[in-house]
Formats: sequence, C-alpha cells, structure tokens
Amino acid sequence: MSTLEIRNLQVSVDTDNGTVEILKGVDLTIKSGETHAIMGPNGSGKSTLAYSIAGHPKYTITGGSVTLDGVDVLEMTVDERAKAGLFLAMQYPVEVPGVSVSNFLRTAATALRGEAPKLRTWVGEVKDAMEALNMDPSFATRNVNEGFSGGEKKRHEIMQLELLKPKMAILDETDSGLDVDALRIVSEGVNRAKAANNLGVILITHYTRILRYIQPDFVHVFANGRVVEQGGPELAEKLEANGYADYVSK
Amino acid sequence: MSVLTTNYLTPTGREEAWRFTPLKRLRGLHDGVAVQSDRESLITKGALPSGVTFTRENLEPLASSDDVIIERVRGAATSVAHLAIAANTEVAEPIFLGRSAGALDTAEFSRVRITLGTHAVATVIVENTTDTVLAEDLEIYCAPGSNLKFVTLQEFESKSVYTARHHAVVDKDATFKSITVTVGGDVVRILPTVEFKAPGASADLLGVYFATAGQFFEHRMHVDHAVPHAKSNVNYKGALAGKDAHTVWIGDVLIRAAAEGTDTYELNRNLLLSDGARADSVPNLEIETGEIIGAGHASTTGRFDDEQLFYLMSRGIAMADARRLVVRGFFNEIVSEIGNEEVQNRIMDRIDAELEKAAHNG
Ligand SMILES: Nc1ncnc2c1ncn2[C@@H]1O[C@H](COP(=O)(O)OP(=O)(O)OP(=O)(O)O)[C@@H](O)[C@H]1O
Ligand SMILES: [Mg+2]
Repeated sequence: MSTLEIRNLQVSVDTDNGTVEILKGVDLTIKSGETHAIMGPNGSGKSTLAYSIAGHPKYTITGGSVTLDGVDVLEMTVDERAKAGLFLAMQYPVEVPGVSVSNFLRTAATALRGEAPKLRTWVGEVKDAMEALNMDPSFATRNVNEGFSGGEKKRHEIMQLELLKPKMAILDETDSGLDVDALRIVSEGVNRAKAANNLGVILITHYTRILRYIQPDFVHVFANGRVVEQGGPELAEKLEANGYADYVSK
Repeated sequence: MSVLTTNYLTPTGREEAWRFTPLKRLRGLHDGVAVQSDRESLITKGALPSGVTFTRENLEPLASSDDVIIERVRGAATSVAHLAIAANTEVAEPIFLGRSAGALDTAEFSRVRITLGTHAVATVIVENTTDTVLAEDLEIYCAPGSNLKFVTLQEFESKSVYTARHHAVVDKDATFKSITVTVGGDVVRILPTVEFKAPGASADLLGVYFATAGQFFEHRMHVDHAVPHAKSNVNYKGALAGKDAHTVWIGDVLIRAAAEGTDTYELNRNLLLSDGARADSVPNLEIETGEIIGAGHASTTGRFDDEQLFYLMSRGIAMADARRLVVRGFFNEIVSEIGNEEVQNRIMDRIDAELEKAAHNG
C-alpha cells in the first residue's frame, strides 16, 4: 500500500519574459488502487503538475511538497523517482533517434529491477506486452517513438506501464488521439496494470469517454493552477455537459 | 630529393585549407622537418580471397593534388601498396587492411591504391591503430559498374598524427561509399575527395568522429561533379567533449557547368557535450549549372536534448546511461552502415569509453 501526497505544490517556469507561476498550491492524495481523474481547461497546468512530479528540469518548485510513502520525491533525481515507483505516460512522448525500443526497454528494466532481466524470459515478456497493446513486433527494432503515429506513441507508453510495473502512474492525456479501438486496448492495459500491481493512477483527460473504461474513484477539476473542485464520477458528466465556465471566471 | 621543390608550398596557417589546422602539432609533416622512416606498415589481415591481390608496385598518381603533404608523400614514398579486386569479382566478406606498427620519432610517408575492376563488388576495412606519425596518399579507382564500400577506422592512440587524402575516382555507373571513423589520435586531418569520371556514378561519404580534451580532428570533403548525372551524398556526425576538443568539417561540393542532372546533399551534425569544445562546420556548395535534380546542405551543432534525457531517465535510466544511449543513438545511423557487427561493437564501445573519459575529466 503506497500513498502519493501532493501538498500546496507551487511551480513556476522561466520564460523569455521572466518567471511565470503556473501551479498555485495543488493538494492531492493518491493511494494504491485509486484512480483520480483530473479534468480542466487547456493551459490550466495539468501537464505542469505531471512533469513536476516526474522531475522535468524545466519546472522550478517554489513551494509545497510531494512525498511517496513519506519520502520526499522532490529531492530525487528523475531516475530515482522512477525507481521509487513513479511513472509518467507523457502527453507528447519524445523521439530518441538511433535507440531501438528493445534496447530502451531492456535498459529501463535493468535499471528498475537492479539487474538485467534474463534474456530468455525477457524476450517473451516484451513480446507479450506488445501483443497485449496490439503493437506489431516490428516496433521492437524501431527507434523509440521515431515516426510513430500519435496513437502508436500512446500505446507504447502504456506498454511500458505494464512492463515496468510502477506503484503510481500519471497518465497525461493518454486517450487523446486514440481511435475507438485503441482507446479500449489502452484502457484495458491500464486496468490490467491496476489489477496486477494495485497501481494508483492520476488520469488527466479532457473526455469522459475514457472514464467509461477506466472507472475513476475521484474526479478533480483543475483550473488556473489549482484543484478547484472535487467529486465522484458524476462530476465528470456534469463537466461534459456544462464545460468549465463556472470555474475559470475566478 | 623532391622535398625541396615542395617547400614553396609549406603552409603558414593563413591558407584557406590550413586555417583551422594546428600546424605546430603536425610533427613536421607539413614543412619537411619530419624524419622519414622506412616503415611500410600497411598489411592485410587474413588470407585474401581469390581475385584479390595485395602488392607493392610503382604506380603513377591517379590525380593531381594541391595538398603539400600529399606532394611530400609522393616525393618520399618509393612504392605503392596496391589492393586490386579483379573485374567481375564479388567478395562477400570484408577485406581487412591495417596498420599496427608505428613510431612517434619518425614519420611514415605512404602511398596506397585500391582498384576495383569493372563490376567488382567489395568491402574494404582499414584499421589504423597504435601511436604513429603517418602521412598517407590513398587513391581509389572504381571501374565502371563496380561497387566499393570503403571503411577507414582511425582508432589511434592519443599521440598519433595522421594526415591523409582519400581520393576516389568513380567511373560510369560505379558506386562508392566511404565510412570514415575517427575516434583516436592527437591530430587527424583527412581529405575525403571524390571525382566522377562518367554519368551514373554515385558516392556516399559518411563519417563519425568523437574528439575529447585536446584532440583535433579535421575532415575536409571535396566532391567534384564534372560530369552529368552523378549523385553524391555526404553525412558526417561528430561529438565533442572536454576542454579544447576541436573538430573541423568542411564540405566543398562543386557542380560544374557540364554536370547537368546532378543530385547532391551534404549534412554535418555536431553534438557538443561540454563547454570548452569547438566544432567548426562549413558546408560550401558551388553551383555552375541550374539544370540539376537537387543540391542542398545542412549543418547543425547542438547540445544534449533535455527532452530525450528526461524521457529516458523517467523510465529509471541513470543520467550517465541516458547520455550514453543518446550518443550511441546519434552515431548509430552511420556506424550501422559499416555492416560488420564486430567492428560496429568495437567502435560503439570506444565511443562509450571516450564519453566516460570525458565525464571523468569534467
Ligand atoms: N516554457 C514555458 N514558457 C511559457 N509558458 C509555459 C511554459 N511551459 C508551460 N507554460 C504555460 O503554463 C501553462 C500550463 O501549461 P500546461 O502544459 O501545464 O497546461 P495543460 O493544463 O496541460 O494544458 P492542455 O490541456 O492544453 O494540455 C500554459 O499557459 C503554458 O503556456
Ligand atoms: Mg497538457
């Protein structure tokens, strides 16, 4: 049983026009097995929250805390956060030229497990993970995300989620750009990871459609750099009907 | 000896061709001060397949040269090491040549010729190791319809000085591909040059280099499109790490008035892995006819991509390993073209080692 606690998190970025405050005090608590949906208008800071938890160097933490089972996450390097059990499925997965998916996955698994996976079982493991996400085996020899379609990149992210077995996952608009079949395949992958590892999930999305596949326990409305309302699954339906007008007027 | 007649060519460092080169570190190769040794270090590795011979001969140069060191080599060398692949011979396995004998107190002036007969197909891999002072005039003739992959590996120890011209004459419908790898030495200066003899000829000049603290590596292409319907492609990738690591890439491509239907592209990409390193990159395209298929060039110099490192590290991969993956990935595009697993792994391991060395030296 793990707990990810975000307390009064404040984050800014440096731009050409000076420092811009983006997160203005975010509070969230996620426990193993729970799914928290975060919905909010464009530019409200959802990806900033995701990146800040994962440790992207672009963001400066100006206040607050993030802990995993009481241990300070903000003190950790990016790879240490992954080793502690955090995973970020990115809104825009990055292309890494010249590095094959299979080499990448094996290097990551070796780092996370503390030893190189046995070659024989590993090959099967990767094959199964790719099959489960309906990815052609040829992806293993392609370069990481290079030339992948939008939907293929997202499937590749969730394939990693299943393979690398984190404790807590942040899924940043994993559903955007997926066709109806891919949405179901990807959602099933997330649900398998939840069932297998009692995964805690922060699911950032603009659409209620994915929430029909991945049942949220909580829905949080995010606006202007903070959580402005919390509720159950019914809140998502209300947002879909009414939009964010009630929240962005400030 | 003819050394005297070339003294008027001795560069001062102000010449366009020499403006980047640290002449003082050339151990006298350029000004005639170097003491000539009688080393003939180039040897073949393993038995030669049938249709392939390696001999010492007297051969006239294939092409003239305006490079002073090449002139000195031609004056000094008494014979030419000649690798010949007979017409219609297709050699599946690479032919290995190598130099592993060397010295730093004397200089070797070496002439080399590689000849492919009509429709011959071969891969030649030249392995340059050890610490040495070497000036080399290497000429290649690709007869009509032949196909040569020419790999040179500069895996020298840290004190070596190597200056060379690798000049290819590519005849009708022949295909020439060079892969030049420079990962060792104090000063390495290579002139990969190509001239096309007849239409249908094509040349791919590929290369990678990795310079660490204090090393100087220069690659100065010259591709001469003097005939119609020839194709050339240049792609060099370099990485630099450490104080005063210096690389120079010059891409001179000349499309003469007669060279209608030319198709050429040249690319140089550099990865600056630390402060205090310098990558000069000068593409230079001269076009004397508008009747061409394509002509372009690009040159980029950048640092580690933070987004790539972040992505890898967010999967648990430590910083040093993430950097190693990105650098390997950067070079992979070209190193994988060598087509020999053992050599590719050795070069990648050397690149890892250079990166590690640079990381430890700050
Ligand atoms: N480097 C930067 N320079 C300037 N502004 C930035 C920078 N990075 C983020 N921002 C701004 O911070 C705000 C929050 O961005 P963020 O990507 O977190 O939004 P989001 O809620 O994920 O939006 P979306 O729903 O469109 O994905 C935006 O207004 C964005 O323009
Ligand atoms: Mg976003």
